[in-house]
Amino acid sequence: MINAPILPILIPLVSAVLLLFLPKHIQAQRLISAAASLATVVSAAVVLNKVKTDGIQTIDMGSWPAPFGITLVSDMLSILLVLTSSFITLCVVLYSFRSIGSGRETFYYYPIVQFLLVGVNGSFTTGDIFNLFVFFEIMLMSSYVLIVIGGTRVQLRESIKYILVNVISSALFVIAVGFLYSVTGSLNMAHISVRLADIGDEPIVTVLALLFLVVFGLKGGIFPLYFWLPGSYAAPPAPVLALFGALLTKVGVYAILRTYTLFFYHDQAFTHDILALLALLTMVAGSIGALAYKDVKQILIYNIIIAVGVLLFGIALMTEDAIAGTLFYLIHDMIIKAALFMLGGIMIWITGTSKMDKMGGLIRQYPALGWTFLTASFALAGIPPLSGFIGKLLIVQAGFEAGEYVGAIIVLLSSLAVLYSMVNLFMDVFWKKPKLPQVYAKKQTLSMFVPAAALVVLSVLYGVGTEAVYPYVMKAVEALIHPEIYIDAVLKE
Amino acid sequence: MEILMCIVAGLLFAAAVYLMLSKSLLRIIIGTGLLSHGTHLMLLTMGGLKGGAVPVLGEHASLYTDPIPQALILTAIVISFGVTAVFLVIAYRAYQELGTDNMEQMRGMETDD
Repeated sequence: MINAPILPILIPLVSAVLLLFLPKHIQAQRLISAAASLATVVSAAVVLNKVKTDGIQTIDMGSWPAPFGITLVSDMLSILLVLTSSFITLCVVLYSFRSIGSGRETFYYYPIVQFLLVGVNGSFTTGDIFNLFVFFEIMLMSSYVLIVIGGTRVQLRESIKYILVNVISSALFVIAVGFLYSVTGSLNMAHISVRLADIGDEPIVTVLALLFLVVFGLKGGIFPLYFWLPGSYAAPPAPVLALFGALLTKVGVYAILRTYTLFFYHDQAFTHDILALLALLTMVAGSIGALAYKDVKQILIYNIIIAVGVLLFGIALMTEDAIAGTLFYLIHDMIIKAALFMLGGIMIWITGTSKMDKMGGLIRQYPALGWTFLTASFALAGIPPLSGFIGKLLIVQAGFEAGEYVGAIIVLLSSLAVLYSMVNLFMDVFWKKPKLPQVYAKKQTLSMFVPAAALVVLSVLYGVGTEAVYPYVMKAVEALIHPEIYIDAVLKE
Repeated sequence: MEILMCIVAGLLFAAAVYLMLSKSLLRIIIGTGLLSHGTHLMLLTMGGLKGGAVPVLGEHASLYTDPIPQALILTAIVISFGVTAVFLVIAYRAYQELGTDNMEQMRGMETDD
């Protein structure tokens, strides 16, 4: 079982290849992709348990020793994120059965979702910077297909912009890796960290740090680089949007977290100040968008941007509490964003529109949907017994302790903007009388509602059972605050 | 030699940026092509351009060129080839469907299309 950490990458890969052979057999497609997603979740849970008891798991591919081959590293942070993304993918796959439509299902929708999971899990697990680029490309290629599959006019239009932005950011990533290789002469992340520590605070290291921030910021949607996100994410159907909103930007955030704790922790005064400033502007820009729109998708999309801002602010503070808060918030945000986009997708499916002024009065016919959505909204805003609370509490506390009063207050105010936009959305869609007198035809939504509700239940449990999650998160924080632990595990010194 | 290559790669980037900021979709795709050329050239330059035999052990040379950047470039080339193929096909479909290749006319917010 020494190879267990590779299973969350291998299972979706094999099942995706298998699914390519039977595009017309929709039942088989559904069965295999659900079973494979479930197996991925189980394997991730097994690895999580192993990391908990035995410490960081590393595999040297092809038995080449660490800096020379590709090493896969499952530390607590990676495996927690792998488990979360696998579970979200399972729920999205179940949700897709009813919502995606047979046209898309027969054109390789399920294999592409599995390939997306390969890319995401691989990005979280890899210990090699160029391998990270390759897994990013697997993830992005799948997302190009998912954003355009179906081929409606709006999808074609927006996918062009999405692909162009990502082609540019990928080119920048390759250049950044090239620069890093010429400075350090290595591609293994632990080895690069050692070499950079020897070099110390040369200006070129700071330039590299900012170049990586631009690259990952383009993926993650931080302040001046988020311009592509609202348009592109509004194009694909709800389950695809749930996958994108929950996984793609978070991989960018993970990459920033990994590089800024492992590579670029020497000249913190400059890089982390810029990170903090961008984080605050991201929150402000996201809040403005979330408050401005009267559209279900746009409000949820701008809430992604706000959350990315909160996470970056936590990373910028770089204290133990702040990193712990960031991890709590990262996992919470992946779960709750997927749940909200899935619930929003049900609302759009029932009413046939995403405009809030055309909806109204849904609570009569769909009370369970309404109250679940409200619970998820409260969790997103961070109301105490629910899951968003502890992460933000730790980040705000760390902000005040570090003397970053403005930043901490902006985090709190952004929660207010989140709450206002979400409750406004809830009231418009569920309470207000519908404009048209006719009631919506009662539609069967159970098979879509159950996976979404499962995620909301998970998020509530995550909030209530913080004590149970705490040791896992603290173990992840320990390896991030002390990069030596990670380096020793990989290079086996 | 490295300086010359850096200048050439820089010119490629400049041309790519200029093309990608234009209105026509096809010029934008040509821009991405030049961008990936510049990137790959830069990656080769970053590995160092000192003299040495090709990285094949049969050469029995005392000094070889660095094989790693070449492997990285090979990977990056096929990836950008795949992405460019997808991009071209989507551009073709968009031209069929939207009836324009002008990026100025691909704007708007109608989400319920």
